[in-house]
Amino acid sequence: MSIMQDSREATMIGRKSDGTPIRRPLSPHLQVYDMFQLTSALSIAGRITGAAWTAGLVVLVWWLVATASGPGAYAGVSWFLSSWLGVLGMFGLTAAAWFHTLNGVRHLAWDAGYGYAIPTTYKSGWAVLIGTAVMTVLTWVIAIIAWAN
Amino acid sequence: MAGNDFARNTTLRSPLGRVRGLGSAKGGTHHWWMQRVTSIALLPLTLWFALSAASLAGAPYEVTRDWIAQPLNAVLLLAAIGLTFHHTAAGMQVIIEDYANQEWVKVGAILAIKAICWLLAIASALAVLRIAV
Repeated sequence: MSIMQDSREATMIGRKSDGTPIRRPLSPHLQVYDMFQLTSALSIAGRITGAAWTAGLVVLVWWLVATASGPGAYAGVSWFLSSWLGVLGMFGLTAAAWFHTLNGVRHLAWDAGYGYAIPTTYKSGWAVLIGTAVMTVLTWVIAIIAWAN
Repeated sequence: MAGNDFARNTTLRSPLGRVRGLGSAKGGTHHWWMQRVTSIALLPLTLWFALSAASLAGAPYEVTRDWIAQPLNAVLLLAAIGLTFHHTAAGMQVIIEDYANQEWVKVGAILAIKAICWLLAIASALAVLRIAV
């Protein structure tokens, strides 16, 4: 057999009872699966917010490097962060960061073996959403008070 | 049970699966475990950094510089930078492994992510050290 180009092939090739190789059929997945149940939506959101935070880290690096470079560079990053795009981006990043953090706590509990009952996963899911809202508002109340002074 | 084929081959993996090298014998457990270790360490650091950064909103240059220069803040920032970029690189690697279906795309993207994370982490750490030292 030639070298596989797609590693997913490893799980897709089987043999018939007479020994000839056969490509296994895929079971229906995305077509029939309701991805907007709370549990699956939060699972997908955990990954998206992680990727968003990765992008947001670039702004953090810019902020640190600009502060190290001097007042001129710092004025540049301050201008961006106080622009409507900067404020909107930072608000989104704050929400994404708190969600990823709180959802991460939920995952750590699962890793430790707790919270697998279906009603518990819904309760912890709602707790993550409410916690995200509370922490995002709290962070921005602090930011707005600091900004106003 | 020397000479017993059954005893010598007590594995659930087929010979084909083993020669393909696509099993889990690539340090996957360590990768998974370090994601958890860094996430636990980042919990208090994230809480501290997010609330500190919020209190620096709109701060003039001198205030931000002096905040980074404080020894405790500099130490926690350096810890957060190392842990954050380790956690980010590990997470992005999993995303790439899940969605890239060409081997060269997968390996290339993972190496690129590692390179970018290393460079950004070094740049951030150097910035903190330039201010604090």
